[in-house]
Amino acid sequence: MKDISCKLLVIGAGPGGYVCAIRAGQLGIDTVIVEERKPGGTCLNVGCIPSKALIHAAEEYDRIAHLSSGKNPLGITTTKPELDLSQTIAWKDTIVGRLNSGVSGLLKRSKVKMVQGRARFRDGKTVEVETETGRQIIRAENVVIATGSAPVELPSLPFGGTVISSTEALSLTAVPEQLVVVGGGYIGLELGTAFAKMGAKVTVVEAQARILPQYDAELTRPVFKRLQALGIDVMTRAKAKGVAKAGNALLVETESGSEVSLATDKILVTIGRRPVTQGWGMEELVLDMDGPFIRMDEKCQTSMRGIYAIGDVTGEPMLAHRAMAQGEMVAEIIAGHKRVWDKRAIPAVCFTDPEIVAVGLTPDEAQKSGSEARIGHFPFSANGRAMTKLGEEGFVRVVARADNHLLLGIQAVGQGVSELSAAFGLAIEMGARLEDIAGTIHAHPTQGEAFQESALKSLGRELHI
Amino acid sequence: MGEHLIKMPDVGEGIAEAELVEWHVKVGDLVREDALLAAVMTDKATVEIPSPVDGEVLWLGADIGDVVAIGSPLIRLKTGDEEGAASGHDTSDKAPEAPSRPKDIEAQADGAVKTSEAVVEKQAREAPRPQPVEAPQSPPVRVHRPSGPRMEGDKPVASPAVRLRAHEAGIDLRQVPGTGPAGRITHEDLDAFLTHGPQVAKAQGLVQDTSVQHVKVIGLRRKIAEKMAVAKSRIPHITYVEEVDVTALEDLRTTLNATKRADRPKLTLLPFLMRAMVKAIADQPHLNAIYDDEAGVVHQHGGVHIGIATQTGSGLMVPIVRHAEARDIWDCATELTRLSEAAKAGLATREELSGSTITITSLGAMGGIVTTPVINYPEVAIIGVNKIMVRPVWDGSTFIPRKMMNLSSSFDHRIIDGWDAAVFVQRIKTLLETPAMIFVEA
Repeated sequence: MKDISCKLLVIGAGPGGYVCAIRAGQLGIDTVIVEERKPGGTCLNVGCIPSKALIHAAEEYDRIAHLSSGKNPLGITTTKPELDLSQTIAWKDTIVGRLNSGVSGLLKRSKVKMVQGRARFRDGKTVEVETETGRQIIRAENVVIATGSAPVELPSLPFGGTVISSTEALSLTAVPEQLVVVGGGYIGLELGTAFAKMGAKVTVVEAQARILPQYDAELTRPVFKRLQALGIDVMTRAKAKGVAKAGNALLVETESGSEVSLATDKILVTIGRRPVTQGWGMEELVLDMDGPFIRMDEKCQTSMRGIYAIGDVTGEPMLAHRAMAQGEMVAEIIAGHKRVWDKRAIPAVCFTDPEIVAVGLTPDEAQKSGSEARIGHFPFSANGRAMTKLGEEGFVRVVARADNHLLLGIQAVGQGVSELSAAFGLAIEMGARLEDIAGTIHAHPTQGEAFQESALKSLGRELHI
Repeated sequence: MGEHLIKMPDVGEGIAEAELVEWHVKVGDLVREDALLAAVMTDKATVEIPSPVDGEVLWLGADIGDVVAIGSPLIRLKTGDEEGAASGHDTSDKAPEAPSRPKDIEAQADGAVKTSEAVVEKQAREAPRPQPVEAPQSPPVRVHRPSGPRMEGDKPVASPAVRLRAHEAGIDLRQVPGTGPAGRITHEDLDAFLTHGPQVAKAQGLVQDTSVQHVKVIGLRRKIAEKMAVAKSRIPHITYVEEVDVTALEDLRTTLNATKRADRPKLTLLPFLMRAMVKAIADQPHLNAIYDDEAGVVHQHGGVHIGIATQTGSGLMVPIVRHAEARDIWDCATELTRLSEAAKAGLATREELSGSTITITSLGAMGGIVTTPVINYPEVAIIGVNKIMVRPVWDGSTFIPRKMMNLSSSFDHRIIDGWDAAVFVQRIKTLLETPAMIFVEA
């Protein structure tokens, strides 16, 4: 097979890699992208997108089930719904498929050459790819490592059989009667909630003192309430010890030290994700590391000249939109533009029920950063739109510097608040002050009004509470 | 379409030129009849020039600060219709630049001047609105106002677009002062930084300021400068300082103020001094004079017109209390208050600002111990009042606290001998120390 020489080689066609390649192609850079599986990476194939499809189906099912129970104030009656999960999964797969080909089309349009297979470094400038048709050697002036991350396995709970990762959970063709979720982070809670809504009896086992430990208790309280309402048991300070001999139960060491056995059909392990730093010949390179991650600077440049790293392989937060922004930046740097990572905030969304959005600093973090903070807090129970959606749970919270009212952070929890992340991110990135938010007309009736009201409230001139 | 030429109006008797201090319009502006076009200044009085017609400004004949001769072309207006020929000229076929027919323009301009003069007189009579003497509006220069120190490690606040531009230009935004809310760096701040560099960027510590501002000396400031230069270069000053015990005067003043009729003004020290000066001048009339040094004539005035040096927002002005010899103490006080307020508000008329025969300069509590007053040329004497303070005075057996005040007075030594100066000041001192003598006929 003839060797390929190019200016830019991107390893991994996840959100970071494919955005990098598209942008590079747009800028006229001779670009090759290597992907072992389908384009789109974890996010598109086994992450963000499929989980959102499943969550939506579960929500619809749960809504109708709730209506059919006759205990709703809307005056709607209906019969009990039926769910064919295999059909749901097939629908999800069509969406994933459409997006796969969408990404391929975008890459093609940007004149990016796609090579399918597993890449492996031979040296800093040369990569070999095992393709279906043989070994392909690619020489590149610049290489972008965008190998992503993979679910972390618990030594006591190796994946296989009843023990599954999020990837398998998104392809189950039947709703398990009982499901134990090990790990109360956002992935476990999103999926656990979805399965609970679809009828599974779900138990969450979390080693730490509370679920969603990266968010403050005020933000997670509405989520915890909803988990209880859905009948999900949450065990905190509990350790998963292993699968019972029979295979249909999880052994858990509880907070008090006693061991219990949780009967279950599936054990979903979502204790986190690790960077993929093996299997692609990293040992052939001399890369400085930052813990388990590849160390990179504010230009995503690694310790080796001409080698960049973007996305989950470079560290937290492991979020698709962070990888995309890095990929775009690196493409422009390789094209000779002056660019540097200067983002002020990376919004994080948790698609639990209700949803959580966090941008910038929380009140505690603001306090720790040394600036006196001014907090504004507006509950959805005082928001007309939220009331009409039966979604009064939650609030919007703004955190600003006390001296000049510069917004430091914005958080919200509530039905559908993920869509507010755009406004929150824009406010932080533009350097908005509380007065800017308070002075912006927010359409009525929308949940976004709670953003304006929280700013007004922090200024002591709230109108609707 | 016609054209209307406005010339520098004759704003007062004997004035040959006036300084343009402000344009209210620019080329291309549409103006209505009576709209203010410009402000000119003569002899410390400012006169607004209104438009005699509706029209569009075609041309401005002077820059701010220019001294323009009376009758010189000042503004050309394009008038929309036959009203442009308000002064009776058919201007429809006239090219805008038509020096070949100077007579027409001349005649037309006369009409304009007449109109302007009429308005000027009206304004002077009614003093209808404040016309403060203002420094001309310079084009707004962006002030580099740093947003206060940015804390170590604080990220500069700027939108992504500004950050990108700065990075591409190789600028570290931490060095750029932000003028927006919360010290936010705007595109304009970045522009200013790109243009002027980081000269005021450092927010902490002592920094050298190498900037130089070029301030054109115009308007009132130039008048003051010219007048001071003439006074100091022509007049050989002799300054004489004497101490006055004003304890009795202050007692009297306090009593009068406490017992005065409600409609009477509050008395300061100045009316007493004015009355004392009137008495002293009766003995030495050559001190109340205008010295025309070119003609070699001293005009000794019968009337005592006392100029009162007054600090206003735009600079030193000298409104005049006329015929102090014919005013009692209350009248002096009333007139003094009225004039100083008028001067400070910019309402003083030309007549109120010219024609003094002797001047008082007083800075009140800021008066210091001694000053060296500059004579208000072409007068021959100026009396400077220093601050009153309680000092220990030896009465022959002990020190007693007395309210003491110095008078620092300058005289034109060409006309006034030292002896005469001393006699004059001693006479005033005697009158002020025994204030009853001010009021009792000798």
